[in-house]
Amino acid sequence: MTTKKKNTAFLIVQDNEDARPIIEAVEQDNPGVNIQYEPGMVRMERAASLIVKRETVEVLKGCEWDVQELHLVLISLAGNVDEDDEKFELSWG
Amino acid sequence: MSIEISAKSITPIRLSYGNLIERFGDKRPPSRYQEAAYDVQPTANFHYRPLWDKNHEIYDTSRTAIVMEDWYSFADPRQYYYGTYTIARSKQQEVAEHNYAFVDKRDLLEELPDDIKQSVRDILIPLRHIEWGANMNNCQIDCMGYGSTICSVAMFNAMDRLGMAQYITRIGLLLDGNETTTLDAAKKDWMEGPQWQGLRHAVEDMFVLEDWFELMVAQNFVLDGLLFPLFWDRFERKLSKNGGGTIAMLTEFMPQWYSETVRWTNALAKVTAAESKENKELLSTWLNKWVSRLCEAIEPVAVEAFGPEGTSELAEVKEELLARLGKQGLTI
Amino acid sequence: MAAKKLNMRKRYELLTRGIGWETSYQKMDDVFPYDTFEGIKITDWDKWEDPFRLTMDAYWKFQAEKEKKLYAIIDSFAQNNGQTNLADASYLSAIKLFITGVTPLEYAAHHGFAHLGRHFRGEGARVACQMQAIDELRHAQTQIHTISHYNKHFTGLHDPFYQSDRVWYLSVPKSFGEDALSAGPFEFITSISFAFEYVLTNLLFVPFMSGAAYNGDMATTTFGFSAQSDESRHMTLGLEIIKFMLEQHEDNLPIIQGWIDKHFWRAYRVLALVSAMQDYMLTNTPMSWKEAWDIYFVENGGALFEDLGRYGLKMPKHHELATAEAEHLSHQVWSVFCALGNATGFHTFEPSDEKMDWLSEKYPNTFDKYYRPRFEHWKKQKEDGTFEYLASLPQLCQVCQIPMIFTEVKTDPMQLSFRNTKFKGDNYHFCSDGCKDIFENEPEKYVQAWLPVHQIFQGNCGGATIPEVLKWYKFEPEDGGDYFDSQDFRRWQEWHGKDEPAKTGSDN
Repeated sequence: MTTKKKNTAFLIVQDNEDARPIIEAVEQDNPGVNIQYEPGMVRMERAASLIVKRETVEVLKGCEWDVQELHLVLISLAGNVDEDDEKFELSWG
Repeated sequence: MSIEISAKSITPIRLSYGNLIERFGDKRPPSRYQEAAYDVQPTANFHYRPLWDKNHEIYDTSRTAIVMEDWYSFADPRQYYYGTYTIARSKQQEVAEHNYAFVDKRDLLEELPDDIKQSVRDILIPLRHIEWGANMNNCQIDCMGYGSTICSVAMFNAMDRLGMAQYITRIGLLLDGNETTTLDAAKKDWMEGPQWQGLRHAVEDMFVLEDWFELMVAQNFVLDGLLFPLFWDRFERKLSKNGGGTIAMLTEFMPQWYSETVRWTNALAKVTAAESKENKELLSTWLNKWVSRLCEAIEPVAVEAFGPEGTSELAEVKEELLARLGKQGLTI
Repeated sequence: MAAKKLNMRKRYELLTRGIGWETSYQKMDDVFPYDTFEGIKITDWDKWEDPFRLTMDAYWKFQAEKEKKLYAIIDSFAQNNGQTNLADASYLSAIKLFITGVTPLEYAAHHGFAHLGRHFRGEGARVACQMQAIDELRHAQTQIHTISHYNKHFTGLHDPFYQSDRVWYLSVPKSFGEDALSAGPFEFITSISFAFEYVLTNLLFVPFMSGAAYNGDMATTTFGFSAQSDESRHMTLGLEIIKFMLEQHEDNLPIIQGWIDKHFWRAYRVLALVSAMQDYMLTNTPMSWKEAWDIYFVENGGALFEDLGRYGLKMPKHHELATAEAEHLSHQVWSVFCALGNATGFHTFEPSDEKMDWLSEKYPNTFDKYYRPRFEHWKKQKEDGTFEYLASLPQLCQVCQIPMIFTEVKTDPMQLSFRNTKFKGDNYHFCSDGCKDIFENEPEKYVQAWLPVHQIFQGNCGGATIPEVLKWYKFEPEDGGDYFDSQDFRRWQEWHGKDEPAKTGSDN
């Protein structure tokens, strides 16, 4: 690599109802995030890191949401994963 | 008024994959189980010998002394493929989850008589290590076995055993308000308690068995055939009789799982024994070896669990097992 | 007693650690005999951390939900004759290559991860591998079930597993899978989880699934997206295991670098088949191979290796060549399939005029200059009735087993790339420096390769003539050949009420 640039963390999810609050939550909690709608899927990318917060998703959904439910809509990701009860975070060190 | 639904009909060019037409004819489409389970494993023209086992091909019938003309003679009576398997388990899981939450919320284990709690700690909790061993052994059967019907059953079984080890662990945690006192004590018993050493020794010997079908007999036919009826049925009933019914709410999965699982172990035993005199003799030799070895190993735990009646409880369970396997053509 | 609340991390740890034990009646080295011979040093298996902390109850719950959704769509696809809504029946060539080439690899991965799930010494790593093992079984089975409906209506899908063990171009993925399976457990996981799943899998699944969505293939889109959620776990496992091995001991670095170099190249060569699928078999193509390579390898892969640089890990050897080849790869592979289209289990066809224009646009430096004339020539020959398939069998690379079709893209793209080496008095041939390096590092392994063309010459494949070999492959007469002469094409025309077979071809 000749030019050094900030690595991109991304999360790709299915484009469906279950994913909507997650996409919205990502939009709220990640300033500068780039969200692209592609056939059947939604790609969210941001320099260095990207976070999905349980609390935000729950507010948007209006009910309880377990971070692991992300698995139901997940398609692909890039970055080191850090998952706990409160969040799912992708980052490059 | 009746509604007539008509769909545009397009004549198919064939009803099924070629291997299934060869096996079952082309009168009707095969089941999803048949599509998923049969002939998926490679059988020919292997490129490289394993660096970790230069005496065998990657998939090799000679990793067991059992000989089958067709390794797809066996079919899982439950017809599990991944979808039906996970959906069945998720239903059981939902019930279990509800029960664990109910017991937890009302502190029901708190209410148990002390001697019942102690029995659970002494007898049931150490069984998590046996489930873990069963998980390893079924993984071994999967990765050394032959034929995608048998191997996929072993894979499902391995995951079931991990699931049960985790359920038992949760009972241990519930007993102690999420402290690990019980789990630690049970591990110590498993490692050092004289009553458990025969079993641990036997399980460790299974880990190094060279013949995966012998391992199938030792683990899934014999050890499970003794342990599940003895502890997850008879001992449970004893606990319930003495005020420990709550425990049965947390262990419902195990007897249910076992009564489902004997269907395929029976089917496998039957088809393998019926194949040839040599197979039948081999199975009998292994059965003999592991029934006597494991009965001896279980006896001290049975006595701890049931008192002096432990010996006769175990003997009854053994008779039931031998009678059941006898019906499949396996005799001692 | 008030129970203390357990967080996800702690709960997972309690449910997966301490269940195993240090054996004493049998030696640990006998219970786990395979995890030391490769030279990887693990000082503390407990340092292994599973990024996705799935316990079995959660696994059953989530996976069952995914399966219910998937099978509902597969059922409705079949009930509604969803195959008639595809962009074109020529698209099916991609599905044919997928079920014969990729689905058997899913089962191979299942087998390998079951092996690791039993034979890694660390409890946490074992559990992670077992989950991947059962996931891979899922993928094989859901692919069989999804494609089952296509098999009822199209040619070339009827015997995928039998063919995987025999057919000349299917030995490319088969030998890759078996290369990993026959290696030790650490090399296997580096190959499959890291080189294939982490570095390259996006090149297979994301464009392929988007491609399916672009071409009206709802069934494939659904199973693909459903599988991808597992795939994300697998990719993450790949990254974690690499970091774990590197953190455990500094001596591990050169071993791992060697495996990454090897399996990157091995997996990349398998993906050469995918490049042809993407650029040529898809009727409508969401992105070119070159574009996908730039995004998923150059950009994302670059980011990954930059991140791993802190451990001393470097980009895989020959990656620049792979990037240079991106402008040629799909054209060269599709050419060889077209030239041998009488011996393939899927239909070949020259690109439509619209497709050629699209290829010119996506490959401005190469398509018009090197490849358009070739396809136009064949098209003309077919119109004139003078086209003939290659009469001779191609020479295969000893390692990747692809015919020797790749060229010196950096110096003279018309010059075939040809390498050879001697081992124990015999001469071995390779398509590239990447494959030659792999051979020279482990000649004893690669001399064993079951090379389909050699096997045909030795009389092990049903006979000496092409019809005999094709019969042995269980290729039916209507499986191969030109799409416009095919049963698939005729039926497609009937379904769509076009009595006059017109050469519509693919359009973008």
